Amino acid sequence: MQTYFPNLRNNPAAAWIATFVVAALLIALPFAFGLLGNAWVRALAFALLYIMLALGLNIVVGFAGLLDLGYIAFYAVGAYMYALLASPHLASQFAWIAQTFPTGLHSSIWFVIPLGAGIAALFGILLGAPVLKLRGDYLAIVTLGFGEIIRIFLNNLNAPLNITNGPQGITLIDPVRIAGVNFGRPQNLFGIELPSVYLYYYLFLVLTIITIVICVRLQDSRLGRAWMAIREDEIAAKAMGINVRNVKLLAFALGATFGGVSGAMFSAFQGFVSPESFVLGESIIVLSMVVLGGLGHVPGVVLGAVLLALFPEVLRHTVQPVQTMLFGKVIVEAEVLRMMLYGLAMVFIMLYRPKGIWPAPEHGVNPSSRAGKVEAA
Amino acid sequence: MADVVLRVTGVNKRFGGLQALSDVGIQIERGQIYGLIGPNGAGKTTFFNVITGLYAPDSGTFELDGKPYSPHEVHRVAAAGIARTFQNIRLFPDMTALENVMVGRHVRTKATALGAILRTRATVREESAIKQRSLELLDYVGIRKYADYQARTLAYGDQRRLEIARALATEPKLLALDEPAAGMNATEKLALRELLVAISRDGVTILLIEHDVKLVMGLCDRVTVLDYGKMIAMGNPADVQRDPAVIEAYLGGGHASVAAKAQPA
Repeated sequence: MQTYFPNLRNNPAAAWIATFVVAALLIALPFAFGLLGNAWVRALAFALLYIMLALGLNIVVGFAGLLDLGYIAFYAVGAYMYALLASPHLASQFAWIAQTFPTGLHSSIWFVIPLGAGIAALFGILLGAPVLKLRGDYLAIVTLGFGEIIRIFLNNLNAPLNITNGPQGITLIDPVRIAGVNFGRPQNLFGIELPSVYLYYYLFLVLTIITIVICVRLQDSRLGRAWMAIREDEIAAKAMGINVRNVKLLAFALGATFGGVSGAMFSAFQGFVSPESFVLGESIIVLSMVVLGGLGHVPGVVLGAVLLALFPEVLRHTVQPVQTMLFGKVIVEAEVLRMMLYGLAMVFIMLYRPKGIWPAPEHGVNPSSRAGKVEAA
Repeated sequence: MADVVLRVTGVNKRFGGLQALSDVGIQIERGQIYGLIGPNGAGKTTFFNVITGLYAPDSGTFELDGKPYSPHEVHRVAAAGIARTFQNIRLFPDMTALENVMVGRHVRTKATALGAILRTRATVREESAIKQRSLELLDYVGIRKYADYQARTLAYGDQRRLEIARALATEPKLLALDEPAAGMNATEKLALRELLVAISRDGVTILLIEHDVKLVMGLCDRVTVLDYGKMIAMGNPADVQRDPAVIEAYLGGGHASVAAKAQPA
């Protein structure tokens, strides 16, 4: 960060003012978007969930250099974990659960967030262990398979025991409750009526900020350097005494953690989960956010996630009105146009900014170097 | 009783039908600069990769500082106290020179992920110690001014130095250098030689694989010569240089007698 804001480092007053302004903007943001309708605030909340996902994936792909095409599986694990622990589904299927919890299963967020993180981390290790020796394309294929396995399990675990309720998904999931405040209902705060989406926005904002802080701190740590060393040259990293196996597993586990937490939040926010939300396309979108924004660079990844998450919403609200205005009818659906523009954006980014929109800064080009010669060597 | 840092005996390594090493062993005493030489394909790098854990040997006993070690996991060898460099430089190209050396401190530090996330006082203190030590090492090898440059932007000779600094950061008992002078011009070689002498004077034992016989002869305390995976000579450089078997290995059959006559006895 110091490369971008050097003056703030040496100037605590300016740093405080900047923090205050950014905080005020983030708090006011839903009200500004809210003028356009609650759907926009909802899109903002989703953008925050995507930031968490993208930052989690960035640990695996950006920091440790392990290509993961099945990342959405951790999101699914977190989402289903919350869905099962905070909906009437299990109690309706299993008599003993109904007996043990006569008022139905309701789990506190203070229990669910650590649990979601823990279970996702476990799944991360489960995925990481068999792929320790794989790199590149091979790793991508195995992780892709892992993502699909999880989705197919969720789709089919409705028989013989109905655990996930199959393709119908799980409904009636409790909204988040913190200290008696039900996030599912509008709340009155100092005379301002805050709709449910606003509350979720603020909750996700807090979680996102925590995620960003964790990512930045990890990056500048002994572990972060070990990840980057593995990404750059695995054999040299080993020769420096880095236990590549453990460090890789830690990358998979910590990366999965954020997926699990944001999955649990997704589940509470939607009140409904089904396997359809966790298809391969979602993994690819999250990966696109990371790559488009700036692989391995936290601010870039946040930017990529925001852009790609809000972009469909912008299209949804502009494409059809514009077409009806121009041609009197809708020729291209927003959904179709979205995929086309995604593809085009990827092509242009890879051609003109292969390191992403906001990549990590380059550290000096040594004037005395014979760079061409060195790279050839 | 000599103070032995590394004692390796009876190493055999076979690649398919090729016996790359047969019954090779060395014994390096503390403070020595030990040379391992031999013509191309003699098995120097193979032997080197075996003792640093990159290749699993078919047989052999390995002892570092009096304690047996198993060269089956590379990172354990580094933890035990052998740090190495590579024949074709293997830095972390997109990390800065400073970060490269800081990675070398990994094995001697212990901050955990949780410590980093919570930024505990112990972690902060350790982190600043890592940085401090790494800067000292960059200074030691003479490239401190490039600390914030990405490793790939450094000049070739400086990359070699950076690799040595990174290896020294692991506080090795034995510093193992695989052809450090490869691709260097005469000036760079001279500077490298000075650096190695300084490192040795500061108490680090060095194992040097080298092609450049002249460099080895002037620098090393003891030398082992490999040819076709077998040890053909061992001793101090001057004796080894006169050994007919060595001359034959380098120059081919028939030259031994001529060369021996040409050498002043």
